[in-house]
Amino acid sequence: MRKFFSDLVASRFFQFYVTLVLFIILFGIGSLSFDGFFSWQVFLNLFIDNAPLIIVCVGITFTILSGFGGIDLSVGAVVALTCMSLAWLMRDTSLHPVVCMGLVLFIGIAVGTLNGFLVTFFKLQPFIVTLGTMFLCRGLTAMISRDSVPIDNAFYGELAFWSLPLGDCFLSLGAIIALSVVVIASLVLKFTSFGRGIYAVGGNEQSARLMGLKADKLRWIAYIISGFCAALGGITYSWIMLSGYTQHGLGMEMDAIASSVIGGTQLLGGVAFIPGCLLGVMIQGSILTIISFQGTLSAWWTKIVVGILLCLFIVMQALINEHKNKLMNLQAEEQGGAKKK
Amino acid sequence: MDMLKKFTHSSLMLPLTALALLLLFNAIFVDGFFKIQVMENGNLFGRPIDILYRASSLIILALGMTFVIATAGVDISVGAVCAISAASCCVLLGGDISGVAQHPFFIAILAGLGVGILAGLWNGLLVAKFKIQAMVATLILLTAGRGIAQLLTDGQIITVYYKPFSYIGGNIPGIPLPTALLIAVCMVLLVIILDKKTSIGLMVQSVGINQTASRYAGINVTLVLFCVYIFSGFCAGTAGLIEGSFIKAADANNCGLNMEMDAILAVTLGGTLMIGGRYYIGGTIIGAITIQTLTTTMYAVGVSSDRLPAVKAIVILLIIVFQSQKFKQMYSNYKLKRKDRASGQKEAVNA
Amino acid sequence: MASDNDNYILQMKHIDMFFPGVKALKDVSFNLKKGEIHSLMGENGAGKSTLVKVLTGVYQKTNGQISFDGNIIEPKTPLESQQMGISTVYQEVNLCANLSVAENIYIGREPRGALGNIDWKTMSKNASVLLKENLGLDIDVNKTLGFYPVAMQQMIAIARAIDTKCKILILDEPTSSLSDKETERLFDIMRSLKAKGISIIFISHFLEQIYTICDRITILRDGTYVGEYEIRNLERIDLISKMMGKEIKENDIESNLDKSRPHENVFLETRNMTVPGKVKNLDLKIREGEVIGLAGLLGSGRTEIAETLFGVLQKSSGSINIDGTDIRVKCPMDMMNQKIAFCPEDRKVQGIIGDLSVRENIILAMQAKDGMFRHMPRSRQNELADYYIDLLRIKVSDREQLVSNLSGGNQQKVIIARWLATQPSLLILDEPTRGIDVGTKSEIENLAVTLAKEKGMSVIFISGELAEEVRTCSRVLVIRDHEKVAELSEDEISTAHIMQAIAGDYHGHA
Repeated sequence: MRKFFSDLVASRFFQFYVTLVLFIILFGIGSLSFDGFFSWQVFLNLFIDNAPLIIVCVGITFTILSGFGGIDLSVGAVVALTCMSLAWLMRDTSLHPVVCMGLVLFIGIAVGTLNGFLVTFFKLQPFIVTLGTMFLCRGLTAMISRDSVPIDNAFYGELAFWSLPLGDCFLSLGAIIALSVVVIASLVLKFTSFGRGIYAVGGNEQSARLMGLKADKLRWIAYIISGFCAALGGITYSWIMLSGYTQHGLGMEMDAIASSVIGGTQLLGGVAFIPGCLLGVMIQGSILTIISFQGTLSAWWTKIVVGILLCLFIVMQALINEHKNKLMNLQAEEQGGAKKK
Repeated sequence: MDMLKKFTHSSLMLPLTALALLLLFNAIFVDGFFKIQVMENGNLFGRPIDILYRASSLIILALGMTFVIATAGVDISVGAVCAISAASCCVLLGGDISGVAQHPFFIAILAGLGVGILAGLWNGLLVAKFKIQAMVATLILLTAGRGIAQLLTDGQIITVYYKPFSYIGGNIPGIPLPTALLIAVCMVLLVIILDKKTSIGLMVQSVGINQTASRYAGINVTLVLFCVYIFSGFCAGTAGLIEGSFIKAADANNCGLNMEMDAILAVTLGGTLMIGGRYYIGGTIIGAITIQTLTTTMYAVGVSSDRLPAVKAIVILLIIVFQSQKFKQMYSNYKLKRKDRASGQKEAVNA
Repeated sequence: MASDNDNYILQMKHIDMFFPGVKALKDVSFNLKKGEIHSLMGENGAGKSTLVKVLTGVYQKTNGQISFDGNIIEPKTPLESQQMGISTVYQEVNLCANLSVAENIYIGREPRGALGNIDWKTMSKNASVLLKENLGLDIDVNKTLGFYPVAMQQMIAIARAIDTKCKILILDEPTSSLSDKETERLFDIMRSLKAKGISIIFISHFLEQIYTICDRITILRDGTYVGEYEIRNLERIDLISKMMGKEIKENDIESNLDKSRPHENVFLETRNMTVPGKVKNLDLKIREGEVIGLAGLLGSGRTEIAETLFGVLQKSSGSINIDGTDIRVKCPMDMMNQKIAFCPEDRKVQGIIGDLSVRENIILAMQAKDGMFRHMPRSRQNELADYYIDLLRIKVSDREQLVSNLSGGNQQKVIIARWLATQPSLLILDEPTRGIDVGTKSEIENLAVTLAKEKGMSVIFISGELAEEVRTCSRVLVIRDHEKVAELSEDEISTAHIMQAIAGDYHGHA
């Protein structure tokens, strides 16, 4: 029994299990406490409401995974910039919304490329670099317009309100995109040499180089992916908001990092599990839902609970690593003891 | 010539040049920039005073941040800690319209500072004891901090009508300089005394440069890290009081928002490297003033507050690229090449 | 001649290697036969690792020729040499602990499925088969590598190396973290690889292991080639003398320094001091005014003894007694308060604080002892720094120069100054003369003896250079495999005796 637990803790998916159990507990608490909480639509709403955060969180996870203090603080600002650009393009130009969406995706890729270049070529700390691009994107957003710009393109509105009926319930287009991003990212990380390369570089850069991997190139691509995901998240965000505004996506980067960590990502790099990140976002979402069902608690309780969870998970990571070391020493000692006899 | 060379190689070169350029720009394009008037109530008034006044809380935060960064860490929770500090002070004073404080003023101030120190203790515990990366450890308070502030204020913006509270962010009657500026000067003096009269500076730099060797030299690395984060928390607490007093209210959502970023920027602009080691108090102060001058200048030429980040971003990115090892290497290679070419030409002439 | 060449898979001829200002390898040759296990021996700084790095393309040789498998090669990167069939397994496992075992073996060349995706099933199957057939390991290859102990990781690194179809396998101190049983398993694997015609270069500090497993041996010393020998024709004692560069004569007592006479008082005594896996049951007595040497090959445990005495490592059992009282130690400061000082082995990592000035480095330990708030006035700092710069003849432009800009010898002197400033009763010098010039070397030796003689200070002198210990120490403890194996005093001390003791055949005064 003890061995089972010990193996479980050392297992690669332990954090994922903990997150899953936590989510079930939270959702259970909500279902028991409030009438009408336990329904498919409430569950699906978690995806619908948090689609942008899910997409952004997947992107940021790539950068954290790539090691070297990897992080992308610019994602929230990129979300704002893409929303604003979309609104502006559709208001002031006659471009078709699909073309506009294509263009704003390029903005994300460009920001990601800049981040990746500064990080890999000049060997600058990702934290500072992406902090810089975060300011840049926020400033550029305000350069386009200081006021909120509404999106009233008819076709675009249709996209935003389109939904896929699932029995009595439905999923929005944003949620479907978010789920596809999760699936695609999981497959890429598991089944391509790029994905495994990112893990290797994040785990031990020197070894990865000796094994013949191009560490800089892999890391650069991770930042581009993050930029792309932020822009895609921005598009889904604009479907919810139907406007462009400088304050859109404020603090989203921290929410994304918190979700990622709660989902089992280690900020030192090399350890992450995309479905875990999805759960991390959904945990935040269910806390918010519980609070809104409860009605009297205010939204800032989410922040406190998320902070506590974050703290628990970070300390848990430290303890798990210690436990693994202990296990290894134990094994080594057992063998050492055997040799004495 | 030697003096000039010494200056161009000194760490103060970058922030001083930036500040000088900004001031020059202002002198040319902004009318009466350097004019300081005496107001009717005896207070001094003018743009330079205004810049220093508005920079004071940033200077205080940046002082704390300097030590943290010197130990190769970072404290991204300071903005949120400002909010908690302001909130706890305002809650204790209460929002009574008649201007009567619910608790004595000094208790409220001590609470604000105490909360800051407590936050620093928490960060220190995670970084020094649990050996969690500084950024990750302080991320926790960054996330939860504003929530805690809202918890204290019950989600409302508490406006304090108690008169003396507004003195912190304004002027104490009869003293011509803004109080915030005086507090900042006191903090700077405190730090200079700590720097010169104790060996904390030596220990901090030593830990930042080489933790292993510091341990082998008998330095209590854990204690040093603890002290640094506690001091940063204390600074954040002080800055929080000032920020709260500026608007005479506890605004949990906006008090000290993004100030951690400005503080980090001020420190790096001042020449202290993010990888830790040597720190420059003078550089940090000038860095903070430069940032505020930049802000004020941009306002003066009509750039709105929300567009300002774009300018700041370009400044940050340029600075870190100039500071990077790779850039220095490229630059020296370029110089070598030029020298080679020059000597090659000379040889060709000689031949 | 032609048939002779056919036998060799690798021939390195007249290899020179320069670093800026240093000649690391001078005219070194190395010949490796097909299917042999060949040991590369030499003390620290002899050039073993430089030679290996030239072969694996980490460094580029300055002069010389490498022929491998009949072709002249010039490897430029580790990857290139690996693709040619030269694989290396380093002391620290160079794998990714966060990936699975199978992945670590196949990363960069994973088996592909129909869609170009990684075929995990085939990969796992291949990995299990590879580990089972070649190394006799039956483990779950889908678990993360970090889950397995270092010994197992080492085996997996070997599996990766041999699966890249290597012809030469370089094992760089693979056994330093392995238990005896694990080492035996490694040896079995090496033998089976040898039977398959793979040539192995084996680097180890353990003489026993060299004699158990190797066929031939090449010895380097100070970057030069000493010779190539059949292992069965080379006595242990000859091997050690060739490595250390001393011909052995019985009763060869060398002493050109007037040694210090120890006082009666015992300053420090340990009984059964044990640190798991590092120090075994050490009994040690140090008198005042005594210079005591710890001799032994690298990795024998001599540094760990010093670190335990300074409180960096914590003993699990046994006692440490200073000036008659048993003491409990938790951190270096506890030992500093007992007036013990320690100049660590790795100057760059454990010693200097590179970006601080000479002055700051010198006063650091003293300031740490005094605490943060009892700040030494600047004038006193200057005075102290100047005093020690003068006393130890540290070559600096001024006391504000950064330590990182000094030469190795001067950096070492700065660290010694740092500790002398604390007025210690026991000074532990761990390899104080490694990598520094001859003049400074003898200055430091003299200093150790003078301190003991004039101030009654106890000194522990650790050095891989036996002549140095013979010159300075009035007693020498010989350490092997974490244990004290001999204690030589006064006129017993000679390089010959120490070497015999290390080799395990010294039995008292002849």
